[in-house]
Amino acid sequence: MSERIPILRIGENLVVSVQFDLEDQTVLNLQEDLADQIVAHSARGVVIDISALEIVDSFVGRMLATVASISRVLDARTVVVGMRPAVAITLVELGLSLGGVSTALDLEKGLAKLRASSDAAQR
Amino acid sequence: MHPVERNGDVVHIRQAIRALAQEGGLSLVDQTKMITAASELARNTLIYGGGGVVRAGAVAKDDRRGVGAVFEDSGPGIADVAQAMTDGWTSGTGMGLGLSGSRRLVDEFDLRTTPGEGTTVTIIKWAR
Amino acid sequence: MSEQADAVDLVDLLSVEGEDLAAAWVREVSGSLGRRVSAAELERELRELYEALVEALRQDAVDVHSEQMSEVRALLTELSRSRARKGFSPTETAISVFALKRVLEPVLRKGSSESVHAYLQLSRLLDELGLFTIETYTQTRDALITAQAEQLLELSTPVVRLWDGVIAVPLVGTLDSARTQVVMEKLLQALVDTGSEQAIIDITGVPAVDTQVAQHLLKTIVAARLMGAECTVSGISPQIAQTIVALGIEFEGIATKASLADALKLALRRSGVDLVAHRDGLR
Repeated sequence: MSERIPILRIGENLVVSVQFDLEDQTVLNLQEDLADQIVAHSARGVVIDISALEIVDSFVGRMLATVASISRVLDARTVVVGMRPAVAITLVELGLSLGGVSTALDLEKGLAKLRASSDAAQR
Repeated sequence: MHPVERNGDVVHIRQAIRALAQEGGLSLVDQTKMITAASELARNTLIYGGGGVVRAGAVAKDDRRGVGAVFEDSGPGIADVAQAMTDGWTSGTGMGLGLSGSRRLVDEFDLRTTPGEGTTVTIIKWAR
Repeated sequence: MSEQADAVDLVDLLSVEGEDLAAAWVREVSGSLGRRVSAAELERELRELYEALVEALRQDAVDVHSEQMSEVRALLTELSRSRARKGFSPTETAISVFALKRVLEPVLRKGSSESVHAYLQLSRLLDELGLFTIETYTQTRDALITAQAEQLLELSTPVVRLWDGVIAVPLVGTLDSARTQVVMEKLLQALVDTGSEQAIIDITGVPAVDTQVAQHLLKTIVAARLMGAECTVSGISPQIAQTIVALGIEFEGIATKASLADALKLALRRSGVDLVAHRDGLR
């Protein structure tokens, strides 16, 4: 029995804010739910806000990379926002650079990034 | 002493290490590195070692103070330590970044394993 | 028994001419220190010391570590520390003590064999006090140097805001692993604090880098990217470029520019700012 993180819909984007230290099962649930919701709402973008997370280990890091890949397959773009400096330093040292994942400093800049890329696509 | 038997136990260990690292005067970045390393190793204990125990506490040597943790399981052990210590989570076959990555995050890392009997990993992060 | 007698002799030696001796001492010392310590301050320091010394000898102090000498030691410690902080040399510091010997010489010429004996005894004590001064001086200087090294580490890594959303760290001097790590953390925190998406690491003032430092810089850039910011490295010297290539450090995918100005142009373009030059210049 584990928790599920709520996924919000704003226009054609999905927004997830991770507010607490996640159990591995909750991480897997989130990955599954996001894939389902992207298809259900024909979402064009996903923003995952991790500004409240004090640590991101390889399990969560891998989930972020996987969600980015899944969304790409489903024609949506994922932006991870709000990673703390200490978390970023630790992830790099751990050996995870999340190559294929887009990032932004905060939620607002993340949404702007999605808007910019969808504008570019429509042109 | 903290048991690692279920998924949720990994979260408890992270919390216990965080409390110790804060008390031990580790910088924010060092706290984060220590907690992350503990998270990786606790998950290894659970998944590859079939569960086990974690002991954690403040440590001191000469003038230095820090936080230490011991992860112990009585699982199958590691047959090829050198291979297990190489980076390779993308291959999906190794023990992931758990061992090699967490070794980079801490100041002291000691791995003892006997095939068929189990694995013990000890890590220490010193306050600067 | 003899010690008791000696102590009295020492007190006699110092208090025969009372006030005059202390005044002569102050004159002697101020001659060697010039005007860097105010006359009033020197007068106060030495008179206090003189009185404490006489008092200690009256209480039969045997050497510098005696219980009775604690007041003298405290005063000397204060004096040595203040000299060390003001940048006096060890000689200039110790002279304050040794000058008293010179002041006593005339007294000696007039005196008997007892006073010669007393002088030698006092001289030995003053030598000890002089050494004590130098030791305290050195300790203070060591502490100062340590503190300055730490301050330098902080000061030498300023993060400056060049534009809305563009910050820069101009690095000057030799980079070691510890300092690079400080830079890394400061830069990343500044990205969050200022909401900047562009960072410039300018290494014009860095003569050389080793593998570890280059790796730290690389990690900083990757970490910044994880947080949603882009870094540009500017001012790479030919030597450093050769080092990077020779060491086989992977700089692929990292923006580099010759100068800080070029890096700023790139950062501005990336953040959507257009720079337009007016033909007539500014009006």
